[in-house]
Amino acid sequence: MKSLTKSFNSLLLAATVVMPVMALAETAEEKGLAISKEAKVRDLGWADMQADMRMVLRNKQGQESLREIRMKSLEVADDGDKSLTVFDKPRDVKGTAFLSFSHPVGADDQWLYLPALKRVKRIASRNKSGPFMGSEFAYEDLTSFEIEKYSYKYLRDEACEGGTCFVVEQYPVDKHSGYTRRVVWIDQNEYRIWKVDFFDRKNSPLKTLTFEGYNQYLSKYWRADLQKMVNHQNGKSTDLVWSDYRFQTGLSDSDFNKNTLKRAR
Amino acid sequence: MMLAALPLSQVQAEGIYFEMAGKVSGELRYFTEEAQFAGQDQETNISFAAEPEFFWEWNEGSDSLTFTPFLRVDQHDDERTHGDIRELSWIHVGEDWELRAGLRKVFWGVTEFQHLVDVINQTDAVEDFDGEDKLGQQMVNLSLVRDWGILDLFLLPGFRERTFAGDDGRLRFGLPVLTDRATYESAAGENHLDTAIRWSHSVDVYDMGVYWFHGTGRDPVLQLQNVNGQPSLVPHYQQVDQIGFDLQATIDSWLWKLELLWQDNNTESYSAVQGGFEYTLYGISDTAWDLGLLMEYGWDERREDAPVSAQNDLFFGARLALNDAESTEVLAGISHDLDFDSQGLIVEASRRYGDNWKASIDGRFFYADDPADPAYSFRKDDHLQLTVERFF
Repeated sequence: MKSLTKSFNSLLLAATVVMPVMALAETAEEKGLAISKEAKVRDLGWADMQADMRMVLRNKQGQESLREIRMKSLEVADDGDKSLTVFDKPRDVKGTAFLSFSHPVGADDQWLYLPALKRVKRIASRNKSGPFMGSEFAYEDLTSFEIEKYSYKYLRDEACEGGTCFVVEQYPVDKHSGYTRRVVWIDQNEYRIWKVDFFDRKNSPLKTLTFEGYNQYLSKYWRADLQKMVNHQNGKSTDLVWSDYRFQTGLSDSDFNKNTLKRAR
Repeated sequence: MMLAALPLSQVQAEGIYFEMAGKVSGELRYFTEEAQFAGQDQETNISFAAEPEFFWEWNEGSDSLTFTPFLRVDQHDDERTHGDIRELSWIHVGEDWELRAGLRKVFWGVTEFQHLVDVINQTDAVEDFDGEDKLGQQMVNLSLVRDWGILDLFLLPGFRERTFAGDDGRLRFGLPVLTDRATYESAAGENHLDTAIRWSHSVDVYDMGVYWFHGTGRDPVLQLQNVNGQPSLVPHYQQVDQIGFDLQATIDSWLWKLELLWQDNNTESYSAVQGGFEYTLYGISDTAWDLGLLMEYGWDERREDAPVSAQNDLFFGARLALNDAESTEVLAGISHDLDFDSQGLIVEASRRYGDNWKASIDGRFFYADDPADPAYSFRKDDHLQLTVERFF
C-alpha cells in the first residue's frame, strides 16, 4: 500500500513539479511520521544531560513506596543514547547501577553493577515490557525515543493542556513490546508530549501517562517535572518526579563504560 | 574525618561530599539433623553482622575514599565471630585511567554456580559455604580504558588467609583447620608481592576477559598433620601461575557463559572449566513474573583428587522474579556430582519489607555418601536459615 502511495506521489510530482511539496496529499501514516520526526528533530543537540528522579509507587490501597534514582545520558550521533543510572533508594539496592547503550534498531547493550558482589553483569535487553523496579513504568517507557522504534498514524487534532495537540498513534516495531499501540498527544507549538494512552497486547486500554510542569532548558529543550502513570487494569500508579535537570555538563564517551559503572554512586 | 561524627548521613562541606550507608543483619540457622562431629552440638545458631560504609568524595569527584568495616558475632563459633575491613580504598580518576589503592574487592567471571576465575580476593569461608563472601585485598590497581578494551594492572602486596569454621561451627570439615599454623611455599610468606594483569572488552553481544595471575594461590592445600597428638588440617599456600578466561554471549533471552582456568604450580598443572547458560522467560503467562532457567557444568582435570566441589558436576537452577514493589524473588539450585554421585539443593526466597528491611529464607540440603567427596563433611548439615537485614 505504501509503495502504491509512493508511486502515485511521484507521478503527481512529475506532473506538477512547480507545486509545493506540502500541498501534496499526505497520508495519515506520513503525517504521523512527519510529526514524530519533527518532535525528535526539535530535541536534538542537547549533547548530555543529568537529572535526579524520584519514583512514588502507589498500590490500590494508596500505600506508597519510594525509589530514588540519578541519571546521566549522552546523545550519540547516528545511534541511540548512552545512559548511566544509579539507584539510591530503596536502601537494599543502593549503589546498584545500570549502563545502557541503546540502539534505534536491534537489541540495546545493557550492564548491571551489583555492589555487594562488586560484579558487573551483562544482562539481556529483551525484557522491554517488564516493570521497572516494581513500578507501573515498563523498561520500554523509559528508553530514549527513536523514530525507528515505531510506525505511525496521525489521528486528529484535539485541544490539550499544551494548546492544540496532534493525536498520533504509534505502533511498536519490536515484537517483544508489551503494547499493540500508543496514542500520543503532541502540542503543535512546541511538539511536547502531554499524554500517552497505552494499549496492551490484547489491544485493551492498559495505562495512561500524563506530563506536567514543563520547563525549557537552554532555550530549546522542554522537560516535564512530573510524569504520572496510571494503570487502569490493576489500579496502581507511579509518579515520576524529576529534579535538577542539567544540560551540556561536559559528559563524554569516557563517562559511560564498565569502570564508570563500578564507581557510579 | 570529623565529618563522620555529624549526625547527618550526607554532608557537603568545603568541596568534600560525605555519605554513610550500610546494613545490619540478624541470622537464625536451624539444623535439621544432629551434628556429625564432636563440638558441633547445636541445632540452632544465632548470628549478627554489621557492615557500614563511609564514603568521601572531593576534587569534583576525581578523588574518593571508601571505608567499609565488617563485624560478625556468632553464638557458637569463635572463628565465625570475626571482623574485616572489606574496603578502605582511595580512587583517583583521570580522563581514561583510574588508580585504585588500598583494601578492595574485585570480581571476575560470568557463571553463577561456581566462580572459577575469580582470584583476587580470598574467600571468607566462615561467612557462608557458597564462596561468595570475600576478604578485602591490599592492592594498587591501575585501570586503563582504551578503544580496545579495559586493561587492569595489579600489584597485590600481602596475602589474606582463608577463614575456616572452628571446632564449634557447623558446615566444616571433619578435622579442625589450624589456620594459625598456615605455611607458605614462598620464603616471603604472606608478604609475597603478587601481580595480575587483566584485559576485558565488550564487542557486539560478547563480553570477555583474560588474565594472568602470578603469586600466592588463594586456595590452600589442606595438609593432614599430627598436631599435639591430634590429626589436624594445616593450610599450605603455594605459588601459582594462573591464566583465566571468561566469556559471555548475550543473545536475545539467552546468556551463554564460559570460564576457563589453567594453573601451574610446583606440584601440578591443571585446567578447569565452568560453563553453561541462563535462559529467561519474560512475563510468564501474562504476569510481570520472569522465570530464569540455568544450567551449568563444572569440570576439573584433577577429578576426584581436586580439592574443589565442582570437578565433574552438573548444576540446574531456576530464578523466579515477581517484579513487584517488594522485589520478591525465589531461587532454587541443584548440584549433582557425577563422580561421587552426591547432590546439593539450595532454595532461597527474599523480599523487601517497607523501604529499609529485607527478609530471606534459605534452605540448604546435602546428600553425600562417599567419604572421599568434599561434600561428605556437610551431609548432616542440612539447614534452614532466616536472615533479616536493616539498611540505612
